[in-house]
Amino acid sequence: MQGPSDFDLSRRKLLLGTAASVAFGAAPPVANAQTPVAPAQAAPQAVPMSKVSFNVNGRPREVTLDTRTTLLDALREHLHLTGSKKGCDHGQCGACTVISGGRRINSCLTLAVMHEGDEIRTIEGLGTPENLHPMQAAFVKHDGYQCGYCTPGQICSAVAVLDEIKAGIPSHVSADLNAPAQLTNAELRERMSGNICRCGAYSNIAEAISEVAGRPA
Amino acid sequence: MRSFTYERARTPADAAAAALRNPDTKFIAGGTNLLDLMKLEIETPAHLIDVNGLALDKIEPTSEGGLRIGALVRNTDLAADSRVRRDYGVLSRALLAGASGQLRNKATTAGNLLQRTRCPYFYDTNQPCNKRRPGSGCAAIGGFSRQHAVLGASEACIATHPSDMAVGMRALDATVETVRPDGATRTIPIAEFYRLPGDTPHIETTLQPGELITAVTLPKPVGGRQVYRKVRDRASYAFALVSVAAIVQRDGTGRVALGGVAHKPWRVEAAEAAMPRGAKAVAAQLLADAKPTRENTFKLSLAERTLGAVLTEAKG
Ligand SMILES: Cc1cc2nc3c(=O)[nH]c(=O)nc-3n(C[C@H](O)[C@H](O)[C@H](O)COP(=O)(O)OP(=O)(O)OC[C@H]3O[C@@H](n4cnc5c(N)ncnc54)[C@H](O)[C@@H]3O)c2cc1C
Ligand code: SF4
Ligand code: FES
Ligand code: FES
Repeated sequence: MQGPSDFDLSRRKLLLGTAASVAFGAAPPVANAQTPVAPAQAAPQAVPMSKVSFNVNGRPREVTLDTRTTLLDALREHLHLTGSKKGCDHGQCGACTVISGGRRINSCLTLAVMHEGDEIRTIEGLGTPENLHPMQAAFVKHDGYQCGYCTPGQICSAVAVLDEIKAGIPSHVSADLNAPAQLTNAELRERMSGNICRCGAYSNIAEAISEVAGRPA
Repeated sequence: MRSFTYERARTPADAAAAALRNPDTKFIAGGTNLLDLMKLEIETPAHLIDVNGLALDKIEPTSEGGLRIGALVRNTDLAADSRVRRDYGVLSRALLAGASGQLRNKATTAGNLLQRTRCPYFYDTNQPCNKRRPGSGCAAIGGFSRQHAVLGASEACIATHPSDMAVGMRALDATVETVRPDGATRTIPIAEFYRLPGDTPHIETTLQPGELITAVTLPKPVGGRQVYRKVRDRASYAFALVSVAAIVQRDGTGRVALGGVAHKPWRVEAAEAAMPRGAKAVAAQLLADAKPTRENTFKLSLAERTLGAVLTEAKG
C-alpha cells in the first residue's frame, strides 16, 4: 500500500507523534506544529500527480492523485467509499470487485487515472440499507456471508455474472460453446471463482444468486 | 510501487516512438499483470503509456478468410465472439480456462501474450533470479521446481510461460502484428514470437524495444474438433500444471500444443504426424528432449495422459 493517502496517513501519524513528543518536550509546541512537514520519502522531485474525472454511483467525481493510485485506493481513501475491500491487492481474491462500464473488474489491478470518463458502480451504488438491491437482499436472506469481508465484492460480481449470462458469454464449464449460456449451479460457481470467501459461505452465496436468477440452486 | 509519469497514447506509431525515447517506459493495457509486478517492484517503469485509447479493440475478418484481433480486445470479448466460438473453439476454451471473470474483462490480447512467468522466485525479490535481475542466478534450479519447465529450459532459467491463450494461438498458427518506433509495421508468426530462455531469460520475445503489438491475426479456419484441456491444482482460477490445445480432424490427423511445460507454448510439428496412432506415439516425440527436475517429472506422464484424454474427447 503506497497510495498518496497512505502517505497522508503516515504523515498524519508522524505529525501526531511529533506533536505528542513535542508537548512533553522542551521545544515550543506551537512553532513546531506549524512547521510545514517535509515529505517523508526523500523524493528528489515532486511525485507525479494526475487529475481524473469519472462517475461513481451516478455522481460525477474529480480527483487529483498520485499516478500510482489504484482505482480501489481512489474509491476507499479519496472518495471514502469503503464498501469495496482490499483483500490481497493482487487480483487473487475479488474482494475489490466493482463494476466499471457495466463490467466487473478487480479495482486493485487498475489505475484510477486509467478510468477517465468511466461509469463506476460500487456496492454503495447498488442499493441502500432501506432499499436493498435484490442481490443484497438475497445474500441477507440466504446468509451468503459470515464475516462479510468478501461480501461487497461477491455481490458486485454476482450482479455482473447474471448480466454476462444474459449476454450469452460462455464459461469454462459451458458444455457447448455455441449454445446459450445456462444458469446451472456449476455455471454460477465457475463464474464466481474469482471471488474467494475465507469463511466458506459458497453454498449460501450460490443459493442467493440462484434465487435472484429465478432458478433453484 | 515506484512513482511514474503517465500519458495516454494517441496513435500506435506515436506510442512506439515515445516508448523508445525513454528506455524506462512500459505500455499499460489491462494492467492486470504489469500493476501486480509494479506493486512488488519487479517492474519499475518510470513512465507508463496507456494504450487503452488506441482504437485496437475490434475483431474483423481478413481478406484471407481469417480474423484480425485488435491488441486491445479483452479476453472476455475474444472468448465470446461468435466467430471465434464457432471456428476457433480451442482459443475460446483456452481463454475461458484462464484467470477469473473479472480479470478476463480487463486482460487484453497483447497483454495476455506478454504476461510474465509465475515462477515464485521471480516474484520473490529476495531471491536470485536471472529473469528479474540478469546474472544473479536462478533460485528455482535446485529449489522448489514443481511448476517449472520440463522442455527447452536452460542453465539460466527453468520458468514456464503462464498464458493459456498463447497455447491456443500456437495451435492455430496465429500471427502477431506490430508497429515499430520508426513507424514500420511487421508480422511475426507466433512460432517465432517467444524465445527460449537460453542465457538471456529476461528477453522473452522477439519484439524490439518500443515495438507495439497492434493485432493478432488468425488464418482461415481449419475446422476439426478443437479441445483445450487444462490440469491445475484447483478446478478454477489457477495456472496450468499442464495444458493441451488440440485440433483433431476426422481422420485423426491434426495439431497439438502444450502449455505449462516450457518457456513458450510447446509445439513440435513433426510429432503431429503420429496423431492417428494415439497419445503415446505423439508424446514420445513431443517430449523427446524433456529434462525434468526431480520435482516435476510428473509433468511428463501428466502431459501424455492429458493428451490421451483430449484425443479421446475429440473422437467422441
Ligand atoms: C490472480 C491471477 C490469475 C491469473 N490466472 C491466469 C490463468 O490461469 N491463465 C492465464 O493465461 N493468465 C492468467 N492470469 C494472467 C492474465 O491473463 C494476465 O494478467 C493478462 O492477460 C494480462 O493482460 P493485460 O492487458 O492486463 O496486460 P498488462 O498488465 O497491461 O500488460 C502486460 C505486459 O504487456 C505489455 N503490453 C500490453 N499491451 C501491449 C501492446 N499492445 N504492445 C506491446 N506490449 C504490450 C505491457 O507493457 C506489460 O509488459 C492471471 C492473473 C492474475 C492476477
Ligand atoms: S526459473 Fe527463471 S524466473 Fe524462476 S528464478 Fe530461475 S531465472 Fe528466475
Ligand atoms: S484486493 Fe483486488 S483481488 Fe484481492
Ligand atoms: S464472508 Fe468472510 S470472507 Fe466471505
